[in-house]
Amino acid sequence: MALSRFEINRRTVLLTSAAIAANVINPMRAFAQETPRKGGVFNVHYGAEQRQLNPSLQASTGVYIIGGKIQEPLVDLDAAGNPVGVLAESWDSTPDGKTITFRLRKGVTWHDGKPFTSEDVAFTAMNMWKKILNYGSTLQLFLTAVDTPDPQTAIFRYERPMPLNLLLRALPDLGYISPKHIYETGDIRQNPVNLAPIGTGPFKFNKYERGQYIIADRNDNYWRPNAPYLDRIVWRVITDRAAAAAQLEAGSLHLSPFSGLTISDMARLGKDKRFVVSTKGNEGNARTNTLEFNFRRKELSDIRVRKAIAHAINVPFFIENFLGDFAKLGTGPIPSTSTDFYPGPNTPQYPYDKKKAIALLDEAGLKPAAGGNRLTLRLLPAPWGEDISLWATFIQQSLGEVGIQVEVVRNDGGGFLKQVYDEHAFDLATGWHQYRNDPAVSTTVWYRSGQPKGAPWTNQWGWKDEAIDKIIDDAATEVDPVKRKALYADFVTRANGELPLWMPIEQLFVTVISAKARNASNNPRWASSTWHDLWLAE
Amino acid sequence: MRILNLAGRRLAASIPTLLLILIGIFLLLQFAPGDTVDAMMAQMGGGDAATARELRQFYGLDLSIPMQLGNYLWRLVRFDLGFSSIYGKPVATVILERLPPTLLLMTASLSFAFFAGLVLGVIAARGVNKWPDTLISTLGLIFYATPSFWFGLMAIVVFSVYLQWLPAGGFEDIGAASTGLARTLDIASHLVLPTLTLGLIFLAIYLRIMRASMLEVLNLDFVRTARAKGLDETRIVVRHVLRNALLPMVTLIGLQAGTMLGGSVVVESVFSLPGLGRLAYESVVQRDLNTLLGIVFVSALLVIAVNFLVDLLYARLDPRITAGT
Repeated sequence: MALSRFEINRRTVLLTSAAIAANVINPMRAFAQETPRKGGVFNVHYGAEQRQLNPSLQASTGVYIIGGKIQEPLVDLDAAGNPVGVLAESWDSTPDGKTITFRLRKGVTWHDGKPFTSEDVAFTAMNMWKKILNYGSTLQLFLTAVDTPDPQTAIFRYERPMPLNLLLRALPDLGYISPKHIYETGDIRQNPVNLAPIGTGPFKFNKYERGQYIIADRNDNYWRPNAPYLDRIVWRVITDRAAAAAQLEAGSLHLSPFSGLTISDMARLGKDKRFVVSTKGNEGNARTNTLEFNFRRKELSDIRVRKAIAHAINVPFFIENFLGDFAKLGTGPIPSTSTDFYPGPNTPQYPYDKKKAIALLDEAGLKPAAGGNRLTLRLLPAPWGEDISLWATFIQQSLGEVGIQVEVVRNDGGGFLKQVYDEHAFDLATGWHQYRNDPAVSTTVWYRSGQPKGAPWTNQWGWKDEAIDKIIDDAATEVDPVKRKALYADFVTRANGELPLWMPIEQLFVTVISAKARNASNNPRWASSTWHDLWLAE
Repeated sequence: MRILNLAGRRLAASIPTLLLILIGIFLLLQFAPGDTVDAMMAQMGGGDAATARELRQFYGLDLSIPMQLGNYLWRLVRFDLGFSSIYGKPVATVILERLPPTLLLMTASLSFAFFAGLVLGVIAARGVNKWPDTLISTLGLIFYATPSFWFGLMAIVVFSVYLQWLPAGGFEDIGAASTGLARTLDIASHLVLPTLTLGLIFLAIYLRIMRASMLEVLNLDFVRTARAKGLDETRIVVRHVLRNALLPMVTLIGLQAGTMLGGSVVVESVFSLPGLGRLAYESVVQRDLNTLLGIVFVSALLVIAVNFLVDLLYARLDPRITAGT
């Protein structure tokens, strides 16, 4: 029963996304003969300003959407989701996985005219990725040195085996290069260039007016011939989601990426022929909605209670009525968009079953008190998205029906992280887990025990399982891709079985883009990518 | 000379107030869970504990709260507002950049609300209980009851999306890079909708007050005397009634300068204006204490300045006020 429901859901979602994809392809077919047009200004919705714009220092979509046009990574993903060289042309690894060599592109220059060389790669890797970059410092923990025998070769040396596939899947996000000659003196974090980035990318930074806009202009010396097409990109700072939707309609914006509008506005604009609304181009930015359990709470450390909670929530109903086409049933920590690691849906699942939930609670000894109440829990929702807030309310109401009273405590970003990940002042928490192409980059830290207190988005539940720690450690250094995949299948099975946290909804970000944009959404992390081939039809 | 004296005393009296406000806000913000480094981590989407510790040290957040407060006040004494952790610039620079849009918006909205409220209030009072009064009072009630973000969004939908008359947001046209008169007109056209949005609620208040005080003054003895002298009605209203009815209106300006700063958060967000209101909101969310305190400081100065001007206006409108002191 559970399986067939999942299948139906999966199929409808696939059909809808196929329909959306057809929508994208159709206008392109109609203009099949048209040649790319040079010129034009592309206006982008920018919802939340960042403290800095250099993607070698901060891995987040808010930085990539600007910095990713100005700076470039060693490797990016192609349309099929496979690694493709950007600043690196080719790579290989020794059989022991401890030495990985990148051969770099020739004739690339920084926006200030200096040549790009392996020195830049070595400097960025050792001083930024390893020391400052979030996620990067974990990924490159065992990186000991980067040798630069000549300007076109960078040899990464690792203390423990680094699977080449893992590195290549991490580098599109965690492999941006910064210019050594700009950063080698002074404090990297305080360098003013962080807010006026210098890179090798198709667009050159021009101006940043805080609270208003950021402008980048075409780079005439870009290494890809005939690129870019656009003259200019303008990111307009618009914090109000409804106002951003109005600006799209008024024609002053071409793009709102990363689900920047309200769910209802996205659905509405999807029916407007002037826009293409779809999840296409975000396959590399899959995220799951979580429900995190605090094991310090005695009742929650009982697996029967966790299972009962999962069984008590009707996830398909929630998705259908609140999230619509933009989400589907999730099956665990590795989302189905991850073709390399998704183990399939045959891992332990918790379909909606109220009777079973009640039986499990009874079995765990949580008998209803006089008012029918068995247990009172504090739920902290993260403030990042409309869906999280709706999901928190839905959990509250669903659990109320099985006698668990839930108090929802809302915080802003800083407050949420502090209370959940530092003070552990929660019983339940809910937010997003963002999957970054390889479980070792983004996911296993949510399950590996021994995470330092105060590190956000890590195992702060007080859960420890030696078997899963071992799988995680083995998989992180397993050089054989087939064996790695098998290890991660074990990982998902065990994680779903023990349920230290639950990831029942899978989503992709939604892009709202003007129908005039061509070559849009053509790779799995399009909004973060360089946009060197993006052009605007008349 | 007397005015200068008054000014000096008023300003001296406001210093302790300012100090209390700053200390209050500082302590209040300590109750909010999380600090700027937590907010930074939220923005980054993760990071390790060592980095967080290093950043806390960098921003001086590892010190005790009394130490931090002491440091802040000591800097303030030397007219140093500190360094903003979100902007990486001195707070004073950040605020100076954000001040013009807010000042423009506030002045425009206040003037619009004041003068339109005055005219409508006079018309309503003159035609009390007849159709102009009913119409104006109903409109006033609607303006007062409608939330300003809704007004703003509807204004954008009607005037920008459908009619395409006015820009949907922003402070000025980015592409144009115009100067002089062209730029002034450009900024003015961007400010029309925000000014109306922010002004309408205040307009509703002003027109009610104006109507009420007009009605009150119209019934006073000296008006009856003026009428008995055979003065024509327009002259009575302008020369005798208006001047006296204006006093409560002017009082309201002083009171509402502060409210307006608060209201501008919503309007600035809806119209993507780079003003102080949004900056304040942003600094609360990002726990940028220095910037927030700087804004409080500057806003308090603004409110003090407006109230000071109101006092001067009082003296001008009603000579008895200065005579009394």
